[in-house]
Amino acid sequence: MEHETLEQRLHEQGISRRSFLKFCAAMATMMALPPGSASAIAATLAKVKRPSVIWLSFQECTGCTESLTRSHSPTLESMIFDMVSLDYHHTLQAASGHAAEQARDDAMKEFHGKYLLLVDGSIPIKDGGVYSTIAGRTNLDMLLEAAEGAAAIVAVGSCAAFGGLPNAQPNPTGAVAVSDLIKDKPIINISGCPPIPAVITGVLAHYLTFGALPALDALGRPKAFYGETIHDRCYRRPMYEQGKFARTFDDEGARNGWCLYELGCKGPTTHNACATTKWNGGTSFPIESGHGCIGCSEPKFWDAGSFYAPLPAPTADIASVAKTAAVVGAAAAVIAGAVDRGKKTQLQQSLVKLTVEDLKGD
Amino acid sequence: MSLDDISIKVAADLNSIGSVDALLNEIATRLERFIASGETAMIDLKSLPFSPSEYEALRTALGRGEVSARLETIGDSELYETHYAGVWWVTHYNVEGDVIADLIEIAAVPAILHSQPEDVQDGLERLQRTLSQEK
Amino acid sequence: MVTQEILLWVRGTGLQIAVAVFVIGMVFRMLHIRMLGRKKSLAQARGSEWSGGLRTIWKRSLVSTRLSARGYFTVIAGFIFHIGFFVTLLFLSQHIDLIRAVLGLHWPAMPRGVIDMAAVLSIAAMVALLVHRFVDPVKRLLSDFQDYLTWLLSFLPLLSGFMLLREIGFEYITLLTLHIASVELLLIVAPFTKLAHMFTTFMARWYNGAVNGFKGINI
Repeated sequence: MEHETLEQRLHEQGISRRSFLKFCAAMATMMALPPGSASAIAATLAKVKRPSVIWLSFQECTGCTESLTRSHSPTLESMIFDMVSLDYHHTLQAASGHAAEQARDDAMKEFHGKYLLLVDGSIPIKDGGVYSTIAGRTNLDMLLEAAEGAAAIVAVGSCAAFGGLPNAQPNPTGAVAVSDLIKDKPIINISGCPPIPAVITGVLAHYLTFGALPALDALGRPKAFYGETIHDRCYRRPMYEQGKFARTFDDEGARNGWCLYELGCKGPTTHNACATTKWNGGTSFPIESGHGCIGCSEPKFWDAGSFYAPLPAPTADIASVAKTAAVVGAAAAVIAGAVDRGKKTQLQQSLVKLTVEDLKGD
Repeated sequence: MSLDDISIKVAADLNSIGSVDALLNEIATRLERFIASGETAMIDLKSLPFSPSEYEALRTALGRGEVSARLETIGDSELYETHYAGVWWVTHYNVEGDVIADLIEIAAVPAILHSQPEDVQDGLERLQRTLSQEK
Repeated sequence: MVTQEILLWVRGTGLQIAVAVFVIGMVFRMLHIRMLGRKKSLAQARGSEWSGGLRTIWKRSLVSTRLSARGYFTVIAGFIFHIGFFVTLLFLSQHIDLIRAVLGLHWPAMPRGVIDMAAVLSIAAMVALLVHRFVDPVKRLLSDFQDYLTWLLSFLPLLSGFMLLREIGFEYITLLTLHIASVELLLIVAPFTKLAHMFTTFMARWYNGAVNGFKGINI
């Protein structure tokens, strides 16, 4: 059974073309496309067959799903979900138990090679993957099976994209990212903890509109959203340039909205769209609320030192190393000095005194 | 204690960095093009890193003109012509009242105000159905 | 995953290695030189070793008035480079953040305009010195591989640091990684090359001054 087009679906629900245009304008804004392209998006989206989507949740906190279902777009959850046919999502679906697993199997068979696979959460692989199982099957097993027939895989959230929190040292479950396991399928990483909801939906819209994955950066993230750093688009950037830094969270600088670099903001090394797309329906983003960026859309962000240590600060103990090194250096110098003195004494002792008799000899 | 008791102020000197002037220049260029060739244009305000005070400065600079309109579809949309004819400020909200798109549109009428052919066709069918039922 | 992990490494393990090599190397060399020792002079002191030593350290830090044009160029350009280098090293707010994180000490930063100017002057002076080293036949003859190596190692942190502040050419994260790595390279090589002069200069001056001071010579 082929899914119907979005146009048919919307028409059935009595949603006007104008509403749909408005939705597409919001989409264009999200995807950072020229705002004039809304009508072109509308024309394509309307005719597209709704693809089947299978969503697998592994070692995660469900924050990514929370983020998506709170997506702010045109009532919009409904419309986003109208764009795709979400055939399996074990948190959201009504079916449970065997019926739920059956739904996944059916979708995988019916749309083999055509469905989109969304994954949130990392995959533990230590000890055969026993640390996270669903219906008695390991996440590893389930991912490999579902990936086989997928047209593309979308890794939602930093856990699926880079390993995230479960992967942080000492990584007791051997958690890895989707891209560590699957090498033969196109993978889009939508990193963030959680990712910006508009980015999840934006990528889906892009896939549907253009029938292809958006342009990706070196870490597999869509450039439209991860092309620039938080720092690049931060409205407090002029403060950074002027060297105006807040030193505590309640000083004069903090109240005046100065740059949060010295309070540990990771904006300069973090690629994400928070500064322009913002959160909670465009209300603000962390820096606007007075807290530095913690770098949640970058790999290894849990292991990159304190969230409150400035970027120039070392991530390891330097003072102790320096102290130990000083002792080692001094000890080495004392030994070398003793060796030198030994040599000197030896040379002095081996000297033969020149006497008048020696000079007379020849 | 109310919010006013917390001494937070929006730094006003941010205005000096000129983002608003740059945008006004952009609008002027687009207006020239619109007059010359009828080419409409849209500027996505959400893609610009404006501070709240710059945003307010832009609102003040553009002002409000004679026409305003409201869409009631999947949340409201607010459209009004600014003090400069042909320059429209279009803001789309969702049902929760969050801004989902914020645009400056250079056109005689914003595109979304036009009745869409599909909707017109649909409306005609409904009207005909009603008429046939009345008979 | 690569850039973030390299940055993490240079901010952690890499810096530990660099600091360990630098401190071991420097402490070893300084103490080792000190322990070579001198025979105790049996003559009666005619002046203080300390005042002579300290005076020479100070006096040789001033520009001598008896220099040729070539000498003036080298000394003035050298001064500009060193002053610029230390101004950026000690008074850029990001460097103070680093010092505070490691030593707990901190002081007010200089305005960004001053830092920028110091960095630009310092970079220009270094380039001028390198050109002069190529052009001037005497300097060229005297230069060996180590002179060019140490020039490069001192130049890279300055250049990468300036590019980082202005975000020129590469992304912030790339420039930050390169800047830290270039400083680590400098730290690792410094104790074993002419760059050790950052400490030995003062030792040598003190030694000369102290000998003179002991003999009562007032230079």
